[in-house]
Amino acid sequence: MKPFRNHQGTVAPLDRANVDTDQIIPKQFLKRIERTGFGEFLFYDWRFLPNGELDSSFVLNESRYRGASILVAGKNFGCGSSREHAPWALGDYGFRAVIAPSFADIFANNCMKNGLLPVTLDEDEVTAIMDNARSMDNYNLTVDLERRTVTDGRDFSASFAIDDFQRHCMMEGLDDIGLTLLNESDIAAYERTRSELIRQQSKLF
Amino acid sequence: MARTLFEKLWDAHVVREPKDQPTLLYIDLHLVHEVTSPQAFEGLRVGNRRVRRPDLTVATVDHNVPTTDRSLPIADPIGAKQIDTLRRNCLDFGIQLFDINSAEQGIVHVIGPELGLTQPGMTIVCGDSHTSTHGAFGTLAFGIGTSEVEHVLATQCLPQNKPRTMLVNVRGALPEGVTAKDLALGIIGQIGTDGATGHVIEYSGDAVRQLSMEGRMTLCNMSIEAGARAGMIAPDETTFAYLQGRRFAPQGAAWSKALAYWQTLRSDDDAAFDHTVELDASTLEPHVTWGTSPGMVVPVTGCVPDPAVSESEADRRASERALEYMALTPRTRIQDIQIDRVFIGSCTNARIEDLRAAARIVKGYRTSSSVSAMVVPGSQAVKRAAEREGLDRIFLDSGFEWREAGCSMCLGMNADILQPGERCASTSNRNFEGRQGRGGRTHLVSPMMAAAAAITGHFTDVRQWKFK
Repeated sequence: MKPFRNHQGTVAPLDRANVDTDQIIPKQFLKRIERTGFGEFLFYDWRFLPNGELDSSFVLNESRYRGASILVAGKNFGCGSSREHAPWALGDYGFRAVIAPSFADIFANNCMKNGLLPVTLDEDEVTAIMDNARSMDNYNLTVDLERRTVTDGRDFSASFAIDDFQRHCMMEGLDDIGLTLLNESDIAAYERTRSELIRQQSKLF
Repeated sequence: MARTLFEKLWDAHVVREPKDQPTLLYIDLHLVHEVTSPQAFEGLRVGNRRVRRPDLTVATVDHNVPTTDRSLPIADPIGAKQIDTLRRNCLDFGIQLFDINSAEQGIVHVIGPELGLTQPGMTIVCGDSHTSTHGAFGTLAFGIGTSEVEHVLATQCLPQNKPRTMLVNVRGALPEGVTAKDLALGIIGQIGTDGATGHVIEYSGDAVRQLSMEGRMTLCNMSIEAGARAGMIAPDETTFAYLQGRRFAPQGAAWSKALAYWQTLRSDDDAAFDHTVELDASTLEPHVTWGTSPGMVVPVTGCVPDPAVSESEADRRASERALEYMALTPRTRIQDIQIDRVFIGSCTNARIEDLRAAARIVKGYRTSSSVSAMVVPGSQAVKRAAEREGLDRIFLDSGFEWREAGCSMCLGMNADILQPGERCASTSNRNFEGRQGRGGRTHLVSPMMAAAAAITGHFTDVRQWKFK
């Protein structure tokens, strides 16, 4: 996983609540068996008209947000399906962080496994960022995971909470499967103590 | 110390509890399907890792399989490749696969319980958010992403932070014609689609105890639509009666021992929950969603709400946007909304009891000439059971299509999709924009409500239905 320590980039405002993973990456693109190449299908039904042309009224299609790498959105971002294709698509499109008042659990978890930082800020802080991203051209933020802060170098500054261990894994770009495998003896010991119960429970095992 | 059911399940699966790190939790059963697993298996190959417990891993194909004639080849080459990839992965890593033509094939959350794989006290994961369904048996069951699928394949464990707990206590009894689906929609309408984020819900109370296992699965299935990590119901006689004799359920002396353990799986009387929600089932009506989020829901006797009376500015804009997408006008009576399509299916509502309830409504009637309707059984076993009871004839005679098992139009990964502008009464779980097909308009309802709408061509209060 690509480590994330801090990131500075342009902010794109997506002023919608409950943006679900079906919107982030519609189902017709889930048949691919690769992890890459999903960026071109990000927000497909919003970015493209039914005839396949770009919908110029959609915010990400505005030329000033073309190179944006920080997305700011409404509450409960990433609700719905557990598809990890959603963070893959956001990352592949070029986003490194998403800022919102709240995230759905599975989505936030999936993001952190892919070096995409979900940043939870208060509703009024999100609104302030949203307003700035709309009123100022090329509005930039710095998301600093080490300090847990979001700043624009001028008036805006906010801090966010994040689980210490997940922060550590993201900053180091750690392979958490490798970390779990270091506990092989604990897993084996658990399986020995549980095995009798498990055998009782089922013919499968 | 008094513990909740969730805490008992959690404690029983702790492999390691390091300081300042997530708890390492053991996973008893890992269900796998074709869409969220290929990249996980690829990751194993790249990392030169094996599947630690293929014997605790079971796979099926459900999300993108066609529901039409299975003797024909799959028309969609990309979908076919995904299914072939799962076949190869199961073969290479020694995992049991219930393939497209096997008698056990079906939606992963339907076949787990019906095969008796899902048993009280287990931890169960699957790369699918509706894994919460299995909580109906008193399991800790939750959806995971593909990286976590790989993690469980490689280690049979998951590092997890302990979620908070929420008790949803439903007193009273559900009135005739009001189902577990209406209860689920009523709860989401009350607490919101993020009302249970970060929590595991335990459902309790008389109304929950009176539900069949099918009803309990519907209720737990929809927990994710309230944002919950998982939903669960303490096992009881209804649970044990459902499980006894199923293929993978314990038998003989093993059954007695398992039963003794399962009977301990309930929240202690004085256990504390982080949040409690109270509902009275007797006041519930059949529910219909009007918007593009499951929380946008009203009783069938109600009207499409007016965004002007929203609680917040953000809610108002969300409602306006939803109404525009749904092509609905504020204050329209729900029962005046005409529909084009009916979908009876999905991991929420495609079990035998759901099909029986829908068939009871349909029997002796013809579907409206303006409606195209289909039934997609949740599994091949459900399909066979329904055919034994003659339910297929009832549906076919009234004008429904009778399909093969799969996820189908719940998410429209296969050919079963809505056309732009089509309006559908659906027994599935998500009414998101475009979920059932780009430009499609989904209204979530119970199987009875969907069946009635197929006959009349508009939403109809099933409490007034004249059964034939």
